[in-house]
Amino acid sequence: MSTTTEAPPKKKLSPRRRAQRIRWAQYALLAVVVLVIALVADWGQIQRTFFRTDLIKNTLTEGVGTALKNTVVYTAGAFVIGLVLGTVLALMRLSSVAPYRWIATVWIEFFRGLPAIIVFIAFGLLPLAFEGLVIPYDPYGTVWIALGLVASAYMAETIRAGIQAVPPGQVEAARSLGMPSGTATRKIVLPQAFRVITPPLTNELILLVKDSSLVYVLGLSATGYELTKYGRQLSSDNVNLTPLVVAGFCYLIITLPLSIIVRRMEARQKKER
Amino acid sequence: MTTSATRTAAPVVEVTDLHKSFGANHVLRGLDATIHQGEVVCVIGPSGSGKSTFLRCINLLEEPTSGSIKVGGDEVTDPDCDIDAIRRNMGMVFQQFNLFPHLSVLSNCTVAQTTVLKRSKEEAEAKARENLEKVGLSDKADAYPAQLSGGQQQRVAIARALSMDPKLMLFDEPTSALDPELVGDVLSVMRRLATEGMTMFVVTHEMAFAREVADRVIFMDGGNIVEEGAPSQVIGEPKEERTRVFLQRVLDPTHVDPGAEDTAYAKRHEAESTADNFVKPMDTHGHYGGGAGLG
Ligand SMILES: Nc1ncnc2c1ncn2[C@@H]1O[C@H](COP(=O)(O)OP(=O)(O)OP(=O)(O)O)[C@@H](O)[C@H]1O
Ligand SMILES: [Mg+2]
Repeated sequence: MSTTTEAPPKKKLSPRRRAQRIRWAQYALLAVVVLVIALVADWGQIQRTFFRTDLIKNTLTEGVGTALKNTVVYTAGAFVIGLVLGTVLALMRLSSVAPYRWIATVWIEFFRGLPAIIVFIAFGLLPLAFEGLVIPYDPYGTVWIALGLVASAYMAETIRAGIQAVPPGQVEAARSLGMPSGTATRKIVLPQAFRVITPPLTNELILLVKDSSLVYVLGLSATGYELTKYGRQLSSDNVNLTPLVVAGFCYLIITLPLSIIVRRMEARQKKER
Repeated sequence: MTTSATRTAAPVVEVTDLHKSFGANHVLRGLDATIHQGEVVCVIGPSGSGKSTFLRCINLLEEPTSGSIKVGGDEVTDPDCDIDAIRRNMGMVFQQFNLFPHLSVLSNCTVAQTTVLKRSKEEAEAKARENLEKVGLSDKADAYPAQLSGGQQQRVAIARALSMDPKLMLFDEPTSALDPELVGDVLSVMRRLATEGMTMFVVTHEMAFAREVADRVIFMDGGNIVEEGAPSQVIGEPKEERTRVFLQRVLDPTHVDPGAEDTAYAKRHEAESTADNFVKPMDTHGHYGGGAGLG
């Protein structure tokens, strides 16, 4: 550095001035884009297509409550199944018994590699393929299992990372107090692991809320409609996008609070560290 | 504390021809040792000599490669032996404390009592408070480990181990991770335990503590027990050259005069001996990375 020759003296902006200019330019660009959109867009058309007041009212009164409830129930059940299965799979991945590790690895790679929709289609066809097979609580049971299987693969990896983040000294301390391996895992390792992975698990939950929309491939009756199917049905009945927009906002009602919670938790964990 | 009396007391731990290898690394090369009831045995030696491994073999945190370890007459290397039952009778204090960060100080001391010993919550808490009192931390029962200083955490770790009513306490360099001004509190708790007759097996670099509290000192080097005897002899008048070299380095790394063994020097440096004078060339806890299996 010190040996390089001096640059020829040129009138240069100070870094702070430069940053300020760039910021102005960015604001200017934004203003231009907004202006153009405002002038070009046909607001009446937009309002008629996406926000028709009478259809908003219709959508809200006709059965959005059931749809919202179904979305929540599908998601919650799948999350519980995913969590339990995922924990078991994570422990299997870390087991000292090699075949358990193999089984868990195959399972995880299989369900992570497949599009979720294929799993749904397969579960929709199962009762046809195997005569007499009844999945309990239809359609909920089918959705819970299909979505839960997919979720378990993702959650297993998250949970495994959480378990491995617990220092080995914790297990040693627990074992040296005479705790059997299972007790040490339940009382010492898992509580610490889950504390670390609550934010990523909540993110999984948000993904599940959205993935629950895949149930449309199952061919449900109207009582089983969740938000997407419901909005889509009304939209095509009325040849208008307003019901779908309402359904979209309903998703935000569920996912936004979850996002905020995740952010809070992450901020708190950062502070604790 | 007592010398001749303990020799006739029942052996709590009997180690015979203990070997331990990590892969090709032959870490323990045939150790023989006996710890008697009520005895305080201190293990000293250079970094990497296998002191921690020796200690960890006794409660089977490390699986010995060969040899025999009898605790209270039970062979712990026997696959039929209930190691959890044996560990219940043996407290262990780690260099890095290893408190459970998600539990309060009180729960740290009760969780094993209720789950392992099946004590009632009240009974466990009473026991925990009694031991927290003993280590001078009864006012910290509701705190969480992260809110405590290192010295306080280590004393909680001692209280946690004592709450299981162990017959033997193992200490692996309990003061090595502490700021020098916090070492004294932990040592005085240990000193008091010794006075009360607890059987203790202590890996330490605190020469002054070993000298004062130990009934017997074991000097290890290169996976062997090089010298063993009363502290005044092993630390005061070591017979072996290797012991002399080690002590010289520990007690005064700048000292070059060979053979000089100034005991008064060690006494003067009681408080600051480890932190100031002892330089560890090796990462002392890197080897915990292996992880005790969960499955
Ligand atoms: N889990 C392990 N895997 C592989 N090698 C290990 C393991 N634990 C210890 N070792 C090796 O065994 C040797 C002795 O280690 P040990 O920790 O017993 O020494 P120490 O006397 O306690 O040293 P220090 O004073 O630094 O704590 C070292 O060479 C170390 O690298
Ligand atoms: Mg060590």
